[in-house]
Amino acid sequence: MAKKNSNKLDFDTGWHYDPAPESPELAKLNDSYDLFIDGKFVKPASGKYFDTTSPSSHKTLAKVAEADKRDVDKAVTAARKAYEGTWSRLRPSERGKYLFRIARVIQERSRELAVTESLDGGKPIRESRDIDLPLVAAHFFYHAGWADKLSYAFPGRKVSPLGVAGQIIPWNFPLLMAAWKIAPALAAGNTVVIKPAETTPLTSLKLAEIFQEVDLPPGVVNILTGAGSTGESIVRHPDVDKIAFTGSTEVGKLIRKTLAGTDKRLTLELGGKAANIVFEDAALDQAVEGIVNGIFFNQGHVCCAGSRLLVQESISKKLVRKLKDRMETLIVGDPLDKNTDIGAINSKEQLKKIQGYLKVGQREGAEIFQTSCPLPKRGNWCPPTLFLNASQSHRISQEEIFGPVLAIQTFRTVDEAIEKANNTPFGLSGGVWTDKGAKAFHVSERIKAGVVWINTFNKFDPASPFGGYKESGFGREGGRHGLEAYLNISEMGGTR
Amino acid sequence: MSLSATLANSPPIDSVGVAERVARFSTRSIKKSSKMEALKLALSMIDLTTLEGKDTEDKVRRLCYKARHLHVDLPDLPTVAAVCVYPTMVKVAREELNDCGVKVASVATSFPSGQDDLSLRIQQTKGAVRDGAQEIDMVISRGRFLAGDYQYVTDEIVAVKEACGEAHLKVILETGELHTLENVRKASDLAIHAGADFIKTSTGKVQPAATMEVTLVMLEAIRDHFQETGKIVGMKPAGGISNSKIAIRYLVMLRETLGNRWLTPKLFRFGASSLANDLLMQIVKQSSGVYQSSNYFSID
Repeated sequence: MAKKNSNKLDFDTGWHYDPAPESPELAKLNDSYDLFIDGKFVKPASGKYFDTTSPSSHKTLAKVAEADKRDVDKAVTAARKAYEGTWSRLRPSERGKYLFRIARVIQERSRELAVTESLDGGKPIRESRDIDLPLVAAHFFYHAGWADKLSYAFPGRKVSPLGVAGQIIPWNFPLLMAAWKIAPALAAGNTVVIKPAETTPLTSLKLAEIFQEVDLPPGVVNILTGAGSTGESIVRHPDVDKIAFTGSTEVGKLIRKTLAGTDKRLTLELGGKAANIVFEDAALDQAVEGIVNGIFFNQGHVCCAGSRLLVQESISKKLVRKLKDRMETLIVGDPLDKNTDIGAINSKEQLKKIQGYLKVGQREGAEIFQTSCPLPKRGNWCPPTLFLNASQSHRISQEEIFGPVLAIQTFRTVDEAIEKANNTPFGLSGGVWTDKGAKAFHVSERIKAGVVWINTFNKFDPASPFGGYKESGFGREGGRHGLEAYLNISEMGGTR
Repeated sequence: MSLSATLANSPPIDSVGVAERVARFSTRSIKKSSKMEALKLALSMIDLTTLEGKDTEDKVRRLCYKARHLHVDLPDLPTVAAVCVYPTMVKVAREELNDCGVKVASVATSFPSGQDDLSLRIQQTKGAVRDGAQEIDMVISRGRFLAGDYQYVTDEIVAVKEACGEAHLKVILETGELHTLENVRKASDLAIHAGADFIKTSTGKVQPAATMEVTLVMLEAIRDHFQETGKIVGMKPAGGISNSKIAIRYLVMLRETLGNRWLTPKLFRFGASSLANDLLMQIVKQSSGVYQSSNYFSID
């Protein structure tokens, strides 16, 4: 019936899936996009535009305006005027109505937004369609509900908005991060100046179209595209009351230094190097799925990725075999193909950085494993990668790679697992896999991280606060905790 | 490996994780020639089944004809894998199918409950094989299994396997009565340990019958045994797989769990009756571009 002595699974030959791509036309892109200030699309003061390209084909998708200091000033002025004149005076239930409307239009246009996100950022359409977009809408719906209930969120205390919030978001979840930032800010009564990442501006600009569509009062949200210097101008602007940043730890530190001595409020959501701990009594096949979701979700461009796997020695061989088999079924390729599991690396720079780490890992003596999935010729690609026999002292175990690269170590005892998990400057997330309830709670209580998932990984919900310990940042997004970041909270009658 | 070692090796199963994995298989988009290939493959994996008290010899004859001539308008179709009947109908079916390649499968061992003396169940198995059954679908004693009497269940499978002789043995776990996925895994491990050629989800007489979750757990048991011992065991989900869309999802799950070696009627079967016509309808649609009325597909 079959060859004897060959107990390897074969995923190569025979029946394969034909391409099933979404049409890029669904993105309905303009040739060029201006800045969104005071409810209108306006040309940048400098007249400068830059190209945004697709990381999977290197094709130019659109020209996008580059905002400089003058544009930032204009946007902050508009945001201030909207804050004083309309938004903070609006009945909270009316603010809620706008947020509900935004959420509904996002749902109506979700296919267009998902295709745009995959085109511009490189993530597979399966994820932008099934994870990003539903969460984006959920964040607006959730915060719409809070708008007129803020005093119930903080009983016995008085809450008021902060003013103008400057927000800078990364390229890994462009629209979702915009939603995480904008929805709570607006629900709490603030106005916003937001800058999407240089490589992924398009969905934020579509969000601007949606704000026009729902008649959001001019100036309540201003969207400025540009690079690092645009972000710096927002951070330094004297009339901004709060900065919210999601991105690298390096830039986060810079922002904190810049703000020292000012009265601007700050929240930072930075890097991570999460440990995903699998104990010998775990449901192994489901743990394998969690490991795959933990590190290969969004090409590993996830700050809370489970990028360190700690496996109990007694099951490590079996688990690694299962993991390798599962990885062989992952399809790397066209982000718009509905069957793609792993899309394109977001930029050439990021790909170079990841490839650098692949060399480092091998030089350090870890054993590399990459799947045999064929990669497209054009575009930025990295096959799913494991490093076996990694050690705590390896850079691949210490530094955030932000790519589909997993460093695997074994451990013997529970204490050793906890010690290794916490032996990092980061503290954003963690994972624990065990069938024993007592062990799950024992370990998760001792992991110093903002989120610890038990028998699952990378699960998000607007009601659940998200944020870091240590060099992964401070402040929370989502839930009641997330509202605090956009409110002055004082004792009844007093001020703070 | 001893029975107790086999059962100690059965891993915990997290039902939430299983459901998530199944959902992911279901998002695969199967189009164009890969769809046509899947439809034909699914057709070739069907155990065309009639298991009713009101079955007649004529009905079985008609079913056997259908098994070999699925649709007159499409000459290059495969045949189904087998026709599955009660032991009393085995002779008729074998007479009709002869050695055309479509196998005669018979449920035996006091199907569907298995509530009978083991010696009678063995006698029934031997009778079916003597009448020409090439495959035997047995049921396990679920009551004994749930009571923790794993040795009894193992022994009964070993005994039936012996009674089968040359005939292939499919062991029906009746997962709808086992209630937890961990029981499904344990019963799968036990059946494979005892010598099953195939493991099968359900009789079709108990709800829920086959589900993707249950099938995935059974496929994973097959995979683990293969990787640890090299032994190859087949899989048969039965009951509830009524249309092409569901069947293709099962094939995706099979491919991504066990790989291409299992994508053959020798190692994977669908126990179904209405699936065949839906597959035919889809095959005609794929080649002509339009759906035909169900009146154009014969019901036997």
